[in-house]
Amino acid sequence: MSEPSVTELDLQAYADGKLPEERRAAVAAWLCAHPEDAERIESYRRLAEELRSTYDPVLKEPVPERLQRALRPGRARRVAMVAAWVTLGIALGAIAGWHLRAMQPSAPIATDGASLMARRAAVAHATYSPEVRHPVEVGADQEAHLVTWLSKRLGTQLRPPKLEGVGYSLVGGRLLPGENGPVAHFMYQCNRGTRVTLYVRSDMGSNRSTAFRYAREGSVGVFYWVDGKSGYALSSADISKDDLLNVANAAYQQLNPP
Amino acid sequence: MNEAQRLVDLIPRLRRYARALVGDRSTADDLVQDTLERAWAKLHLYRRGTDLRAWLFTVMHNVHVNRVRAWRSTDTLDDEMPELAQRPPQGDALLVRDLDRAIARLPAEQRAVLLLVTLEEMSYDEVARTLGIPIGTVMSRLSRAREKLRAMMLGQPAVAKLKVVK
Repeated sequence: MSEPSVTELDLQAYADGKLPEERRAAVAAWLCAHPEDAERIESYRRLAEELRSTYDPVLKEPVPERLQRALRPGRARRVAMVAAWVTLGIALGAIAGWHLRAMQPSAPIATDGASLMARRAAVAHATYSPEVRHPVEVGADQEAHLVTWLSKRLGTQLRPPKLEGVGYSLVGGRLLPGENGPVAHFMYQCNRGTRVTLYVRSDMGSNRSTAFRYAREGSVGVFYWVDGKSGYALSSADISKDDLLNVANAAYQQLNPP
Repeated sequence: MNEAQRLVDLIPRLRRYARALVGDRSTADDLVQDTLERAWAKLHLYRRGTDLRAWLFTVMHNVHVNRVRAWRSTDTLDDEMPELAQRPPQGDALLVRDLDRAIARLPAEQRAVLLLVTLEEMSYDEVARTLGIPIGTVMSRLSRAREKLRAMMLGQPAVAKLKVVK
């Protein structure tokens, strides 16, 4: 080429819009004569644009409280808060556990609608929770979209509970076929990687409410309850019954406010 | 404006970078939280008048490297990841997740350079200072990351016909 040589560095900088004006013109002219490089550099530029449009929405998300707290002096207060949560969790667990003993049927699981739901929830948990690459259809990074979509399909406004207080954050969710219609399935994960899933039905049709019940299907434990038309089942295979009860309590408090 | 307030103002940018770096939302926020706590504890080491953003991203980079080291078994530092199954395009949300996955499959050090250049729009010089590497390394990682990403998005293995810049 008789042109002044254009380096790879120039091309990268061109894709990033980091070249001074006069150099930019020279590189643009060079690219006209080198369509293959022009196509490559254009794809880099598009990729950068796509990256920005994918991740820029994070800038507008409200900053979680815990991140704002990280910059405040007085970590002692945070420790105290965690301790308070743990105490509350244990207390709730104890209360619910006591109730549970009182009402747990000694007979094997009945085959009413709620128990069938628990069984299906356990199967869904066993199916999806080991997934590494595709645990959910829509991730928590698009939580608003996820909730709108599943609410629309289930015909009722869903509010996936926030379980950060008991150490679990939303991974995302998916739509599942239930007995009579669509079911929403939310997955949560704690920072050690253990997962719990919440199975939500909106077609119980019984219009009655039940308290907590516990069922076990293979290695999966399920706490489930019915509130009018809504049925909920929280499953996990990785944590103890008491720990699961603690999470179920947190979910229950939010889904069925007093 | 004092440093604490400026750190608060930078949180959304840390979150954006962390989200792209590690993918999952809660893991990303864990990384941001660790970074902020460390930055807060080390704030006396920050030299006033220098670039606070670059300093903060350096802190995040170090925290991230340490975290990755701690659970290396689950990280994708490896160049050679198994190929993902090809799927037909099914709308925007899935395309976004494909981009997520493609980025996740870049070697960590290339990913960091690409994200600082494209998301933070840092100059190559700033990236070099933030990551503590020579500018030549910044450029070679940047061009390798792009070529790999382009190949992945086209569904082809990266071709090895790169002109490496010294």
